[in-house]
Amino acid sequence: MSEIAVLPVRVQLFARYAELLGASQVTVRISAGGTVADVVDGVRALPGGASLPERMLVAHGVDQVRYDHRVQADDEFALLPPMSGG
Amino acid sequence: MAHLTSYPIQLDALIHAVLSPSRGGVATFLGMVRDQHAGRSVVELGYEAYGPMAEAECARIVAEAETRWPVRVAVQHRVGTLVIGDTAVAIAAAGAHRDEAFEACRYVIEELKRRVPIWKRERYSDGSEAWVDPTAPGGTVPAMTRAPE
Repeated sequence: MSEIAVLPVRVQLFARYAELLGASQVTVRISAGGTVADVVDGVRALPGGASLPERMLVAHGVDQVRYDHRVQADDEFALLPPMSGG
Repeated sequence: MAHLTSYPIQLDALIHAVLSPSRGGVATFLGMVRDQHAGRSVVELGYEAYGPMAEAECARIVAEAETRWPVRVAVQHRVGTLVIGDTAVAIAAAGAHRDEAFEACRYVIEELKRRVPIWKRERYSDGSEAWVDPTAPGGTVPAMTRAPE
C-alpha cells in the first residue's frame, strides 16, 4: 500500500515549446522508477506535444540531465529549446 | 549583480565591477539588436529566459573564464522586449594585460550563446514573428501569432 506506482512530475516549458503546448507548465504521470525519457514521452503525448522534437535538452533544476536520469518523487524538469541568447 | 536584467544595461557598471589598480587591460563586448536577420527586416525582439538556470549558467561561465585566465569578468543579458539599437548583452573582462582580457571576453560570449537558456523571438516589419533557432534551416522557426495586448 505504501508503494507509489505513479509519479506526477511537473515540467516547465519555454519559448516555442510553451507556445506549442499552450502552457508554460504541465504535469505528466510516469511509472515509479521511470526516467527522463518517460517524462519527455509524457509531454509529447499531450495535445500539441507531437510537434516537439524527439530529442530535447532537459534540465533538472539548474543543470542539464540525460534521458536515462531516474526520476525521483518531487523532481521538476524543464524542456529547453535550442538556446538563442546573445 | 544579477546576470539577467529587465532594464537597460549600463556598461559603465560592468566595467566598474571588474576594475582594480592591478588590471590594466579591459575588453568589453556589446551585443546590440540589429534591424536585419536572414534578409528580413526586424523591428523588435523579445528575450525569454529560464531565469534560475540562466543565472547559474552565467555564473559558471564567469567562473570558468576567471579560472582559465587571470581576469575578472562581468556579464549581463537583457530579458523582455527590445528595439533596434538596444544592448541585448554586455561583457566586461579585465586583466593585467590585453591578451587575457580579449580572450576571456570572447570565451564568455561564445559560451553564453551556446549554453545559457535564453530564447529570442523576432518581430518583422510585415508583422510576422519567429523564434530564433540556430539548429533550424534558415535559423528561425515561425512563431504563433499573438493577439495584440
